[in-house]
Amino acid sequence: MPKRIGILLLVAVAVLVRSAGGGVLPEDRADVLLHSFDGGGITVQGPSVLVRKQFAQKFSVAGNYYVDKVQSASIDVITTASPYTEERKQWSLGLDYLHDRWLLNLGVINSEESDYSANTFNIGISQDLFGDLTTLSLGYSLGRDEVRRRGDPTFRDHIDRQSYRLGVSQILTKNLLLGFSFETITDEGFLNNPYRQVRYLDPTSPQGYSYEREVYPRTRTSDAAALRLRYYLPYRAAIYGEYRSYSDTWQIKGNTFEIGYTHPHNGWLFDGRLRFYDQPRGASFYSDLFPYANSQNFMARHKELSVFSSEDIRLEASYDILKGGWKFIDKGTLNIVYDRMLFNYDDFRDLRVTGVAPGGEPLYSFDANVIQVFVSFWF
Amino acid sequence: MRTLRRLAPRASLGRRLLALAALTALGGCHVEPWVKPYERDHLADPVMSFDRNPVSSAYTDHVHEVREGSRGATGSAGGGCGCN
Repeated sequence: MPKRIGILLLVAVAVLVRSAGGGVLPEDRADVLLHSFDGGGITVQGPSVLVRKQFAQKFSVAGNYYVDKVQSASIDVITTASPYTEERKQWSLGLDYLHDRWLLNLGVINSEESDYSANTFNIGISQDLFGDLTTLSLGYSLGRDEVRRRGDPTFRDHIDRQSYRLGVSQILTKNLLLGFSFETITDEGFLNNPYRQVRYLDPTSPQGYSYEREVYPRTRTSDAAALRLRYYLPYRAAIYGEYRSYSDTWQIKGNTFEIGYTHPHNGWLFDGRLRFYDQPRGASFYSDLFPYANSQNFMARHKELSVFSSEDIRLEASYDILKGGWKFIDKGTLNIVYDRMLFNYDDFRDLRVTGVAPGGEPLYSFDANVIQVFVSFWF
Repeated sequence: MRTLRRLAPRASLGRRLLALAALTALGGCHVEPWVKPYERDHLADPVMSFDRNPVSSAYTDHVHEVREGSRGATGSAGGGCGCN
C-alpha cells in the first residue's frame, strides 16, 4: 500500500472520528433493467436486477444480479481469431449499517465467465460533517481474479487488485452541489488478454506482417480524480458537469468531460448529456505495428491502450407510472436511456483493408448504440 | 528513472490531499453552516441527485471502463471482469 495513501486514510478517519453529523440509510427500491450494446461488431445484452431493503432500522441490504451475453466479431476477433459467443454472470451483495451517525458498508462481488473469474470485497465508511454541509466517504476494495484460456487447460494465472477511494460531497450554496472523488487502483498479475495478439513487420509473410502474443507488465497503478458540479435552476431543472483526470504507471493519460441538463415536466423527467473522452497518451508499450518479432519486453496492440477519443450523446426519459402509489409501493418509474457513442482511433489501423503496405491501412473508427430500459419501484 | 520521474507529481498530489484533509480536521468542525437546513429543499430534489439510478449508472460505468484506458473515481466500487 502506498505510504501517502495510508497517511491520507488515517487523517481522513481522524476527521470522521472527531466530527459529528447525521447519516441516512439508502432508500428501499427495486430496479429491473435490460441493457443492449451494439457497435464495432459486438453485441452485448442482458438483464440487471437490483433490490435494496432496510431492516431493523439500522441496516440496509442490497443484492444485484447482472448478465452480459456477448456476441463478438470485433475487429480484433475477425483479424486474428474467429467470432465467439460468451456469457458473464455477476452477482453482488451489500450491507449498510448505520451506527451512531456513521454509515458503514460492506460488499462482495463475484463475476464468472468460462475463462475468467473475479471476486471482490468492498468496505466503506461515510459521515456527514460540518452541519451536514459535507459528506466524506472512504472506501477500500480487495479483489482476486483468475484468468484462464479456452483450449489450453494448462494455462491459469491470477490478478490481485486493490482500490482506495476518497469521496467528498459538498453543499456550496442552496442551489449548488459539488462532488469530488479520488481513487487509486493497483493491479498485480496477468494483466493482458490471453488471446489478443500484436503484429510486427515480416517480409516473409504475403501481407507483410505476422502476429505474436501480447505481453504486458505484471503491475499497474492508476490515479483518477473527478470533480462534479450540479446546479439547481430557478424553474425546477438542473444543469451539471464533470471533469475526470486519469494517469497510470503504463503512461496512459485520459481526460473525461461531461455536461448535461435535467428537466422534469408533468410526470416526466428528461435528461440530455454530452460526454467527451480524450486519451492523448497511450501505454508506453503499445504499437499498432512493431518493427520485428519480440522487439520489446512488453508489447500491446489493444486499441483501448492507444491514443484515441470518443463522444457520447445521451437522451433519457423517465415517467412516473404509479402516481400516488399502489398497495405497498410508494412510487414507480419507467425509464429509457439511449446513448450514441463514437470512437475514433489515432494509432490503431483497420486491418480489414488489404492491398496496402503495412502501416498504410486507414485508421479505425466505429460507432455504437447503447440502450437501457428499466422499471424502478420505491417501497 | 522514467518510473521515478512519473511518481514525483503523483506524490505531490497526495501531499496536497493530505494537507487539505489535515486543514479540514483542524479547523472545520465548528463551521457555522452557511446553508441552513430549511434552505436545502432545492438540493433534496431528485433532479439534484449525483446518482439518481444506481442500477443504470453502474452499467454505464462498466460500458465506458471496458472501452477506455481510464478507470476509477466514478463514485462507486466495481469488481473485476475479463471483459476487455
